[in-house]
Amino acid sequence: MAYSLLEGNEAIARGAIAAGCNFFAGYPITPATTIYHSMLNLLPSAGGICLQGEDEIASIGFCLGASMAGMKVMTATSGPGISLYSENISFAVGSEIPIVIVDVQRLGPSTGSATRGADGDINFLRWGSSGGLPVIVLAPVDVNDCFTLTMHAFNLAEKFRCPVFIASNKEIGMTRENIDLDGLDLPEIISRTPAPLNRPFQPFQTDTGQTVPGFLSIGDNVLVRQISSTHDPHGYITTDPDEIARSQNRLKDKLLSAVDHFTFHEAFNMDNAATLLITYGVTARAAKAVYNQQCRQGNPISLLVLKTLWPVPEHLIRQVARTVKRIVVVEMNMGQYVREIKRILPEKQIDFLGQMDGRLITPAQITETIDSE
Amino acid sequence: MNSFLNAERPPVFCPGCTHERITHTLDQAFQDMGLVGHQVVIVSDIGCSGLFDTFFHTHAFHGLHGRALTYAAGLKMARPELKVVVTMGDGGQGIGGAHLLAACRRNLDLTLLILNNFNFGMTGGQFSATTPPDAQLGSGFLNQLERPLDICEVARSAGAPYVMRCSGFRKNLAEEIQRAIAYKGFSVMDIWGICPGRYTKKNRLTTKTIDDALAKLPPLEGMVAENTRPEYGQHYRKIAAVQKKAAKPAVIEAQYEAPQIGRQEVILLGSAGQRIITAGELLCIAGLTAGLKTTQKNEYNITVLRGPSISELILSPEKIDYTGIDMPSVVVALDQEGVDRRGNLFKHLAKDALIIQISGVTLPANKADIHRVDLKAQSIKRTDWALASLAVLAKLEKVLQPEMLEAALKIKFKGKTLTSSLDLIGRVEIGEWA
Repeated sequence: MAYSLLEGNEAIARGAIAAGCNFFAGYPITPATTIYHSMLNLLPSAGGICLQGEDEIASIGFCLGASMAGMKVMTATSGPGISLYSENISFAVGSEIPIVIVDVQRLGPSTGSATRGADGDINFLRWGSSGGLPVIVLAPVDVNDCFTLTMHAFNLAEKFRCPVFIASNKEIGMTRENIDLDGLDLPEIISRTPAPLNRPFQPFQTDTGQTVPGFLSIGDNVLVRQISSTHDPHGYITTDPDEIARSQNRLKDKLLSAVDHFTFHEAFNMDNAATLLITYGVTARAAKAVYNQQCRQGNPISLLVLKTLWPVPEHLIRQVARTVKRIVVVEMNMGQYVREIKRILPEKQIDFLGQMDGRLITPAQITETIDSE
Repeated sequence: MNSFLNAERPPVFCPGCTHERITHTLDQAFQDMGLVGHQVVIVSDIGCSGLFDTFFHTHAFHGLHGRALTYAAGLKMARPELKVVVTMGDGGQGIGGAHLLAACRRNLDLTLLILNNFNFGMTGGQFSATTPPDAQLGSGFLNQLERPLDICEVARSAGAPYVMRCSGFRKNLAEEIQRAIAYKGFSVMDIWGICPGRYTKKNRLTTKTIDDALAKLPPLEGMVAENTRPEYGQHYRKIAAVQKKAAKPAVIEAQYEAPQIGRQEVILLGSAGQRIITAGELLCIAGLTAGLKTTQKNEYNITVLRGPSISELILSPEKIDYTGIDMPSVVVALDQEGVDRRGNLFKHLAKDALIIQISGVTLPANKADIHRVDLKAQSIKRTDWALASLAVLAKLEKVLQPEMLEAALKIKFKGKTLTSSLDLIGRVEIGEWA
């Protein structure tokens, strides 16, 4: 077997290029900076564009402009940068601009600790922009995921015309690991669907049964309107409540109704297990070690590693949890996604292990929580 | 020529608003340039200036307050052939000041039309970055306390190669707008006008007083000679075209056998500047040359050449899950800062664990085997200690073999660095058991 050695951040950059990304803009911030460095190394020489904005707001602004001109765009930052992105994230949600946004999470709150990891932005990514409409958040576990989930993120951004987040973590992004680049299971590349040209173009028109409007690029021959304000199918401001309701419902349904088609996960289901461990991100690695150990010791547990965090893959979670009595949710924060698990499975016993001090949650801590019943 | 104005969406400005006049003037400029709608994008943001895109049959991009220049930059880089016209108010200059400065410094071929009416009209006439201190506005006395911004002087200082300050009532305004759009670079027009809905309710401002005020300022009539330079997009494409193609990641074949069979966990405890992270990477690459899986998890502070630097390396024939190390098989103590940061791990070290102790570093109490090396006495520079310690491990046949390390160096380095590092690992003496 022959491997390369890559850090997660470089794998994200290479995954982006493999997905057809041709525009990147970012602003230096630990621990996401090496994504920007990698894109600068990869993109301009390949005919793409890589820019450093004057701040995070400019970086995502560049991306939204370029995306509307038809390019496949990505930006990368950490928690403090996501805060600055917020207003433009809701723009991309409401005005259906495809973009991949990488959050290499660091220990917060606020400027926090630049070189320490955490999964403290998981709810912030979902709820941190005005309007509260759904977004897609994918969470990689290792360097392979960094590559392949980034490709999926581009595909989803293109397919659903929306922002897609990669919720990475310093402990994935800046950790180097062996990777077999030729052995990865890569998806087919998807690009946004063009609007039909046989009728007058309306930038936000959807036919019956269609949840995502067809796209045309700013700069092509047909005039395109893009607008951050509440708009009608033509892209003009509307105050018609019925029109607005239709649009908001469509923005919600286009993702919630489709999540079963992009529920990335790993499930290790043991028939006779009484306990199900649910986790995501770098913590899934400790959880896998625990799973293996418990199996070896004859005390099997089940393990669900979620890689699609938002929209919440409710069907999957219910399905995997149906035979267990007890669920242990483990997160590198003070308790965020556990709220979703409690919401979905009110009849189960749900215990939580969280930690946010810059250290990884260890297999021993997880085992202790499992045994503490 | 056909008007660019959208007959179905006529301007909705207050009667007497200069914005309406500029709307028609901009239409005239487009027509005079012989453009067609799809060759133009109007980028606007929030406030009354943000209504502009609605009235024109062009591409349109209407975004967040103060951020129009950022979208415009993305559009122009993606579509160099497009005429990108940005309309913003004086409010947008305040909230988006950083973007104005950057656009001036960058010199991308955009045209910024600032519809400067000295207040936030849409929200009720609050003071903006250009409000005079003696104006009576909806924000009470606060404007008395701030000095108004001279956008044009700022733009010129920031490097804008084309800056014009003029009245919205200027006779040849269409011609001037045309000249600004035709300019190949970042052009700024600070166009002064009247806001009858808010500003002139309590403040006297007429075409005459605007002209008088402008006459008192140094004229800025377009090209700024000292700022003339290549346009950003063209310049970018020229330099990008000669960038070397990025190399593919090295694919490392398994060709050696590691000295130990099972999983090996190594912690390098050093300080910033000792090339700890590079040494860790080399150990990982060495592991790959023996067909092992490997992870490298690092810890350091935000300071660059100060503070502890720690690298945790796992080499294993099995897939590696958890990347942390609690019970290392090898600890390399390169600097006191690193040792102190992980002082707790020493008391748990197994009896058969190995510590490579570089002279000068004090170890907390432990039961492990200690191997001492005096690298200073061997005239090895502190920056090479981490690599030298890998050579010691290799010579002791712990975790890696000398040929694995040599192969890793050949994969990672080239030229002089390779020669000197090969020389280094060759001459390192392995020291002695404590």
